[in-house]
Amino acid sequence: MNGLTFDIAHLLAGGLVLVSFMMLYQDRLFALINVFALHAVVLALSVAWQAYIQDAHHLYVTAAIALVFKAIVIPVGLHRIIQRLGIHRDIETAVGIGPTMLGGIGLVALSMVLMLRVTPEADPLAREDLAFALSIILLGLLVMVTRRNAVSQVVGFMSLENGLVLAATGAKGMPLVVEISVAFSILIAFIVIGVFLFRIRERFDSVDVGALDDYRGEHR
Amino acid sequence: MTALSLDAVAAVLLIPASAAALLASLPNYRISAGLNVGASLLTLLAAVSLFVTDRPLPGQYLLVDDLNIVFIVLNAFVGFTTSVFSASYIAHELETGRLTVPNLRFYHAMYQIMMFGMNLAFVSNNIGLMWVAVELATLTTVLMVGIYRTHEALEAAWKYFILGSVGIALALFGTILVYMAAQPVVGEGTNAMVWTVLIEHAARFDPALLNVAFVFLLLGYGTKVGLAPLHAWLPDAHAEGPTPISAVLSGLLLNVALYAVLRFKLLLAASPEAIAPGPLMITMGLTSLVFAAFMLYRRRDIKRLFAYSSIEHMGIIVFAFGMGGPLANFAGLLHMVMHSLTKSAIFFTVGHIAQVKGTQNIAEIRGLTETHPGLGWALVIGVVAIAGLPPLGIFMSEFLVVSSTFARHPLLAMPLVFGILLAFGALLLRLTGVAFGEPRGSTAPAEASYIPMYSHLALVFAAGIYLPPSLVTWFQHVASILG
Repeated sequence: MNGLTFDIAHLLAGGLVLVSFMMLYQDRLFALINVFALHAVVLALSVAWQAYIQDAHHLYVTAAIALVFKAIVIPVGLHRIIQRLGIHRDIETAVGIGPTMLGGIGLVALSMVLMLRVTPEADPLAREDLAFALSIILLGLLVMVTRRNAVSQVVGFMSLENGLVLAATGAKGMPLVVEISVAFSILIAFIVIGVFLFRIRERFDSVDVGALDDYRGEHR
Repeated sequence: MTALSLDAVAAVLLIPASAAALLASLPNYRISAGLNVGASLLTLLAAVSLFVTDRPLPGQYLLVDDLNIVFIVLNAFVGFTTSVFSASYIAHELETGRLTVPNLRFYHAMYQIMMFGMNLAFVSNNIGLMWVAVELATLTTVLMVGIYRTHEALEAAWKYFILGSVGIALALFGTILVYMAAQPVVGEGTNAMVWTVLIEHAARFDPALLNVAFVFLLLGYGTKVGLAPLHAWLPDAHAEGPTPISAVLSGLLLNVALYAVLRFKLLLAASPEAIAPGPLMITMGLTSLVFAAFMLYRRRDIKRLFAYSSIEHMGIIVFAFGMGGPLANFAGLLHMVMHSLTKSAIFFTVGHIAQVKGTQNIAEIRGLTETHPGLGWALVIGVVAIAGLPPLGIFMSEFLVVSSTFARHPLLAMPLVFGILLAFGALLLRLTGVAFGEPRGSTAPAEASYIPMYSHLALVFAAGIYLPPSLVTWFQHVASILG
């Protein structure tokens, strides 16, 4: 593999981690969703680049799904939902931004140490991709646990899933990648529709997951 | 490959799939309920015929072997009895207005899609396909948990959805890592995800990569098994959904995830340099057991109580499989079958009780053996069975788990026995009030279907008294495969 193709792949995957970090400190829902759209665009570029260098044409489908569905349809839909729900104010972060960023750095270091150590013999590109992918997955989990708002938890989950797609495309010749990305898109569509339905039926007064605890018959 | 055997595998998948399409288009709920029972019966017959017909050679996607036949038949059997129970359960829900006719159309179609997903997960020979099937089964149960559209039901469905999605994401990452480990040895493409190919070459896989993969798979699929500390979705989903769904969640869906964990455990065991998967499973199993046993004491909701009991028993089963060896595996397998039968029977009973009394609050359900002897005694037998008293089946399997642990690692047996006794106390404490206390609440006669619950309990009782030698040899054989 020549240096340039590797560098570009590396740049795009690293960019994805960077955008994941940007998500950590967004304290407004609209900004968070815009950053997520950027995340999806970088993912689409990265997957398309993988498709090009691996000469795997089916991966272009995955890239197209990422671009159309995750970078356009979902963010636009979420924007509308937020306006309809009237929650376009601050995100309640359960943890402050400083500790969150430090935690994020720790998680990236952890995944680098772990993945680079266990894959010394693997193809260098796949190996780096896997390490970046694990960072993105862990950062996505971090977004999910530090936010209390249902919409931002969904955004966290979607960024986590972008990490999985990156890992799957990085694993050379892996079958079912397109099918899995379609399955995930369906899953996400269900989640988003679910958030929307909650409100449409006016079952909840807010989409703050913390408030939902009060409805449960029993506290632990 | 004979045509007949291929037909049996195809039937196990195609009957639920086509029934789902048919049920989605049928507006009349009485016909749908009957059709649901009929389709489940046909699936059961197809599953049983897998025993007698020749097995198809493992392909790139499907596989039938000695291990998964046990799971498929159990799945189809409980699926069938639950559909019988469901028919009488939903009629009552419709009367009280908790469900509407369009809800039921959706419910029946989802029920069959769920059966399809679970059967597909069992027969898949491809770890990617297995992942998709588990996701499908999860998604359908999420939709059914939220079917009542109350605050609690939606919250439970949401929690299940988010935790289940995180679990499924971790499992997919593990699956990708297994592919990465296999790819240098097996080569690129579908073959590196085919189970039978993987197990053949597992000895040459990179052990470090396999180790990491197994941790992700155990956490991911373990979320669905309901292992502590990833169990938080389970009690809510059991308590707030329709009771037939609680029965299949406890009786079947947890087994599907367990099956996935077992498959990957075998893969790790085949690689001599990888870590032993046993200690990880033992730790998670014991944690779940002891944690759930404590949680049993403060439950006020009867379905939530039995949901925690499911976590406890899945803990025991995972512990037994983690111990490994012929005896512990045999015990784990037997315990899994007995738990599925008993727990679904309990949920059938509890479903009718909650309908008659109009509440799931334990404090308001009293003296059932006086007011509703049929339901009350079924609950007594069920709880006595699940608490592990002789002569019922669970006593035997728990006894085997405990005695084999004492023989090999006496120190591990201490927390195991402690957890089992703790849970035993909690369940009997609750049972005395519910079954024998001063009668309270509605005494209206119950329109219950007694056949599903009593047939399950009869099987558990029979297994406690006498296990047919053919069944014992079959289980011993499967236990030896599990290593």
